[in-house]
Amino acid sequence: MKIKINGLEKSVDSSNPTISELLSLEKVEMPDYISVQINGVFAKSTDFATALVAENDEVDFLYFMGGGR
Amino acid sequence: MIDFTEDQLQRYSRHILLKEIGVEGQSRLLESKVLIIGAGGLGSPAALYLAAAGVGTIGIVDADTVDLTNLQRQIVHFTEDVGRNKVESARNKMLAINPGITINTYHAFVNSETISGIIADYDFVIDATDNFAAKFLINDACVLAHKTFSHGGILRFEGQTITVVPGQSACYRCLFPAPPPKNAVPTCSQAGVLGGIAGMLGTIQAVEAVKSVTDTGTLLTNAMLTFDALSMDFRKIKVRRNPLCPLCGENPSITVLSDEEQPVCDLKPHEAKR
Repeated sequence: MKIKINGLEKSVDSSNPTISELLSLEKVEMPDYISVQINGVFAKSTDFATALVAENDEVDFLYFMGGGR
Repeated sequence: MIDFTEDQLQRYSRHILLKEIGVEGQSRLLESKVLIIGAGGLGSPAALYLAAAGVGTIGIVDADTVDLTNLQRQIVHFTEDVGRNKVESARNKMLAINPGITINTYHAFVNSETISGIIADYDFVIDATDNFAAKFLINDACVLAHKTFSHGGILRFEGQTITVVPGQSACYRCLFPAPPPKNAVPTCSQAGVLGGIAGMLGTIQAVEAVKSVTDTGTLLTNAMLTFDALSMDFRKIKVRRNPLCPLCGENPSITVLSDEEQPVCDLKPHEAKR
């Protein structure tokens, strides 16, 4: 299935994975502390295990970055 | 509008040449007040550029003293400053660059009781802190006070920044509803950071402050700018206000400020006081 992750086209080895499955497929570090936007709408983290990602979806992973000094 | 002296006309000539800034914009800069919270990696370039730009009043907040490990990136502090208060060290360099401005120093860390009083006097706030407790507190205080601010974060070779115009654009909590648990996300002192990354990001924040107070261009609102210097890829992730945001959403659960326990980027065992 083809989707866009952080602006780049990607072929994902799964059809309609949940967000949790996608995070695991993409080997995202610390999947519990990430924000996920699907087609411009933030998914609730409590929905990651059930919300499905569909073909051609635009997925954004936003990571915490706490440094500054 | 300010009557410029010959000296000021020369000092700010490259700004005045810009049609988007000009005499009027420079005049606004001289009358503006910008607060920088954190006199470290992000705060250093922000402090230097805003002083050089002629921001008339710059506030700088930090409770720390300069440490040898700071000097790799915190370019407002010099080797001879090790052991000095960061805000005093920063004030010195800013006034050395531009004696014609006023620097207010706050030798303290912001907390839920002090932050509102401090930000009240300023037109724009720069979050140059190194921990999530402070980043969320600055977001909350600025949104509740309708104060435009720039969020910034860095780690390793990466940076992220977004400007928030409260009530009009997405806030930090629209993207990240709550801070991560203590020690869940690595800090710079654990994971490292390339010095120049702080310069890149802090400079973007300073430019947003200048744009905001001079009403120039379009602010970095409703988009998180992220970059990875290893590949030098820059990306703007479009975002919008989140109706579920606990602070600025439709049913906000956060209506007063509170403090969260968080580790500090450069925290050393004997300094566990924040």
